[in-house]
Amino acid sequence: MLKILKSGFFVTIQDLGRFGYRDIGVPVSGAMDDVSVKNANKLLENEPNAAVMEITMTGPTLQFDSSTYICLSGAYLSPTLNNKPIENYQVIKVEKGDILSYGRLENGFRSYLAIKGGFKTPKVLGSHSQYFPITQEKCLKNGDEIEYDETNSFDSLLSEIKMENHFEQDYIEVFKGPEYSLLSDRQLAQLFSKIFTVSKANNRMAYQLSELIAGHKHSMLTSGTIPGTLQLTPAGRLIVLMKDGQTTGGYPRILQLSKASICMLAQKKFGDSLTFKLL
Amino acid sequence: MKSYPISIKPYGQNAVLVEWPNTVDESILKDILQFIDSFKELNLPGWEMSAAYNSLTMVNYYEEIDHEEIKKIITNCYSSNKQFEKKPKQCLWRIPVCYNLDFGIDLEETCKSLKLSKEKLIELHTSFEYVVYGIGFLPGFMYLGGLPEALEIPRRKEPRLSVAKGSVGLAGKQTGIYPQDSPGGWNIIGSCPIPIFDPSLKKPCFANVGDRIQFYKISRAEYDLRKIECEVGIYKLEKIRLNA
Repeated sequence: MLKILKSGFFVTIQDLGRFGYRDIGVPVSGAMDDVSVKNANKLLENEPNAAVMEITMTGPTLQFDSSTYICLSGAYLSPTLNNKPIENYQVIKVEKGDILSYGRLENGFRSYLAIKGGFKTPKVLGSHSQYFPITQEKCLKNGDEIEYDETNSFDSLLSEIKMENHFEQDYIEVFKGPEYSLLSDRQLAQLFSKIFTVSKANNRMAYQLSELIAGHKHSMLTSGTIPGTLQLTPAGRLIVLMKDGQTTGGYPRILQLSKASICMLAQKKFGDSLTFKLL
Repeated sequence: MKSYPISIKPYGQNAVLVEWPNTVDESILKDILQFIDSFKELNLPGWEMSAAYNSLTMVNYYEEIDHEEIKKIITNCYSSNKQFEKKPKQCLWRIPVCYNLDFGIDLEETCKSLKLSKEKLIELHTSFEYVVYGIGFLPGFMYLGGLPEALEIPRRKEPRLSVAKGSVGLAGKQTGIYPQDSPGGWNIIGSCPIPIFDPSLKKPCFANVGDRIQFYKISRAEYDLRKIECEVGIYKLEKIRLNA
């Protein structure tokens, strides 16, 4: 068991997502930055879909009750193991009683803790990903204990990789969305020349941007939305749907983020700036 | 079988949007459902499809889509589909609603602004079959169409921070049931004791897009009884198969 001594700001268990239920309105969920998760799982030679812990902004304090191997990835929150600093993208052995804690946020916004074999929380509708009310809890809390398998020895093929942080660029790559053709010349000019910043309204469901562009009066029938869909409200506000985003929406879907850009946006926080680049 | 002009648009690296003419029409919805059935028969791996009103969102999370190729596959599938007269399976669900004022917190105000008596409003609300045009917004939230004009009322000016699970509401041309506690701006006229979405079930939501819903009035005592029956798992919803 991994015991949550202190839970941090917002910590959840995630895998790559809950597939097959969008026709009844269930968001796909899953890790916001799945590139970071796949890399950490690869180093531990886990299945790509092995469940990890997603740690947002401030880290928890965690205690292991048996030996295993871990790998951290994503945002760098100055992690320490028994008070000694550790790095991302390294396979690290932990022993019974070891304490993992986190410090200052150095870069990114979401950090991942992968563990040999993955976390063994129960699956709901085929996935470990926490999303209330599909799962009973929306996040982990003080005193929770998360099951994992004990591993005493593991000869990894690679013990560390050097990663350029894939999320440090400040432009977001986008494709045209289904309602792209509704955009006026003025809206297009604003969209591709302005510098936008992430507003306070940012979470696993959606990221709103602070700056507005010209509004519109288009009304449309409710239609499907997916992670990375950028919607334009009548008031000219831009909203990017993320992994816990609803499966249908009624605002024009003007742009669609690339998969890599969804991961990149997931590593941005309130006040970070970005521009759009059409692919 | 009538054939519609459809448009097929790329929707990022993993999805395609197929659109039918831009109107709310049950025969268009049926055409979409029929297309879904034919596409499923192709057994292409990794596709998830969700229909809403006049559109079908097709997502493939496993691999990046070759948009040219899938456009051909969809076009062929849609035109060959027309040779068969297969009807999609549809059900009519009869759903109990208690219109007691404890639950119907906006019922009196709604009656006032619609100039209807409480009895007339309930009679109208329960005498139509509503079509499930889509499921989204929340897990299990059904977009129900076919509301009589006399029941059309704008959303509340100030949405509530929390509307109770099971609440039945009216907004614009729609009526619906909140599957979970949620913020919301609909006018609440009653409550349904049956869970609309239960993630512990193999089929968490009983209804599918294209099904029909009809409400019937129950008393407070019956509401409480149904609620207990649901908790212990002995309640069965009344279901009628259409076009069987």
